[in-house]
Amino acid sequence: MSNVSIKDLEIVFGKTPVIKDLNLDIKAGEFVVLLGPSGCGKSTLLHSIAGLIDVNDGQVEIAGKDVTWADPKDRGIGMVFQSYALYPTMTVERNLSFGLRISGMPKAEITKRVDNVARMLQLTELLQRKPAQLSGGQRQRVAIGRALVREAKVFLLDEPLSNLDAKLRAELRRELKQLHYDLGATMIYVTHDQIEAMTLATRLAVMRAGKIQQLDAPDVVYAKPANMFVAGFLGSPSMNFLRGYLKKSGDRVQFESAVFQADVSHYTFAQSPTDNQPVVLGIRPEHLRIVAPDAPRNAQATLGLIEPMGAYKIAWLDASGTPLALQVEPATALVTGTLTHLTLDPAHVSLFDATSENRL
Amino acid sequence: MSTTLAPTLASAALHSQATAHRAERPRPAFFSPARMGIYFFLISAALFFLLPLYVMGITSIKPMDEIRQGNIFAMPLAITFEPWAQAWSSACTGLECKGIAVGFWNSMEILVPSLLLSVFMGSLNGYALSFWKVKWANWLFGLLMLGAFIPYPVMIYPLVRMFASINMFQSIPNIVLIHTIFGMPIMTLLFRNYYAGLPVELFKAARIDGGGFWRIYFQLMVPMSLPIFVVATIMQTTGIWNDFILGLIFAGRDNFPITVQLNNIINSTQGEKVYNVNMAATLLTSMVPLVVYFVSGRWFVRGIAAGAVKG
Repeated sequence: MSNVSIKDLEIVFGKTPVIKDLNLDIKAGEFVVLLGPSGCGKSTLLHSIAGLIDVNDGQVEIAGKDVTWADPKDRGIGMVFQSYALYPTMTVERNLSFGLRISGMPKAEITKRVDNVARMLQLTELLQRKPAQLSGGQRQRVAIGRALVREAKVFLLDEPLSNLDAKLRAELRRELKQLHYDLGATMIYVTHDQIEAMTLATRLAVMRAGKIQQLDAPDVVYAKPANMFVAGFLGSPSMNFLRGYLKKSGDRVQFESAVFQADVSHYTFAQSPTDNQPVVLGIRPEHLRIVAPDAPRNAQATLGLIEPMGAYKIAWLDASGTPLALQVEPATALVTGTLTHLTLDPAHVSLFDATSENRL
Repeated sequence: MSTTLAPTLASAALHSQATAHRAERPRPAFFSPARMGIYFFLISAALFFLLPLYVMGITSIKPMDEIRQGNIFAMPLAITFEPWAQAWSSACTGLECKGIAVGFWNSMEILVPSLLLSVFMGSLNGYALSFWKVKWANWLFGLLMLGAFIPYPVMIYPLVRMFASINMFQSIPNIVLIHTIFGMPIMTLLFRNYYAGLPVELFKAARIDGGGFWRIYFQLMVPMSLPIFVVATIMQTTGIWNDFILGLIFAGRDNFPITVQLNNIINSTQGEKVYNVNMAATLLTSMVPLVVYFVSGRWFVRGIAAGAVKG
């Protein structure tokens, strides 16, 4: 268990910079998830922490020690790969003990550690099998076990659940969270799956084009996204965006657009807004409500497709050209093609600058 | 209710009828005209290629009296293995009459070290080039490949001069080194392509586990690349065993390989050509590559990397 600190990291592939001036401080025992679309540099960042990619500039510190140019094995890390990367010619037991045998650990200690980890991950019966004789979930457990036996200070996980089917993924996700809870180890986890990110992270870093867009607790990132990219990336369906402008009269601030009007006086602006400032209002599907036609400040929209999800329903609407997603109770009666009246909850809106796309 | 059920039942009935029908339908005929055509072609092609082998085989076990009658396709009347024994131990290669056995053991002496060395070097090269960050790796590889495209005769004279100047010319180490060098491009290519197909994450995982260059090579890569080792062994064995010109030039008189000896046996007979002995000697010469093919065929299809990644 130790902290990881990355300073002014820069990584260049050929001539294209993948990561530039990246700073990230991870406290001991944290579960940090790096989330982003493919090609955003999250895996590159993880591999540079592992020492599998050379950095061009900057510094990587693990447990207060500068390991920027240290060999992967000297960094005190354990890593789990998306493709498991189990050694196909070795049994599960030898897969688990490979690193320990290399380090010249006494046999008795190796056996003890392997047995411990095998028990923890329910692999005891499988120890003599080859990877080809295991199911996907079992293989991933062995891969996790291989990181665990090293008793590493930091665990690096590179999309470890992406190759599993949905049910198994949810199971292993919970096991991983339990494991983090039991061990209290520092974990850095790369994924493009926002559900994994939300459920596992103590802190969530959303990345785009080699830069961290926002780093905070998952619920903060979800409720108060730092910019429109983060707002659109998290949440399914993603946040609704409405283009409009702010009207200011004394203490009152009003959002005006062709579809919606909303009183945003109670919004905590980072900087006080100007009159007629063009903005984008973001509102999550669960914060839109269907109201009676005579309700104040309602917007009209035509119902399109309806997706029943079991626990809730998603309705897709068209508000004179602006697409909207709406989340409602499963019992709500909805008929495609009818005109509906909506209102939004001003307590849950996010406002973004129309040009910089950053949160106001 | 019944109206909605009726069509379903009807279709179910239809369905069961269809499956029953399918079961009754006869299997496709084994000997349709198209199949006959295929078999005719395959069998005649096989006969065409096997005919010389047949002629050699039966000639080698005929006494000379029968061969003189001139019908090369006739089955032997009196089978004799005397020509084989002669070819092995007493046929004359020039002035010496010790048979092809001398050449056989010479070839073995050349083959075993050349094979081990060239396969080892090739796999090591391929491994280093595909997994380790070698500076100018692609240029080095390109240069090596260029070597494969330069015809042998261009290089022979300079090589003779080079080895002569270090007093190594015409010795077993000389010919072994020659085979290793000439085998390097193709062996490197073979192994590099194989290792390039392995998931690089395996290598990364081994690096994190603390494996160094040699340990990852011997404990991870070699066990995983057994099929390609077999392929390389087959290629090098046949290549080195069948080599004539390099053995003639670089091995030296005392170490002539079996191919050179065979040539000497066939060309040094005085008077009557002993066809049966020559045939037996030829068959003995080609025995090693043949055995290698028969023994190692099943290794080709085996994929050792199965289970390494999702599958």
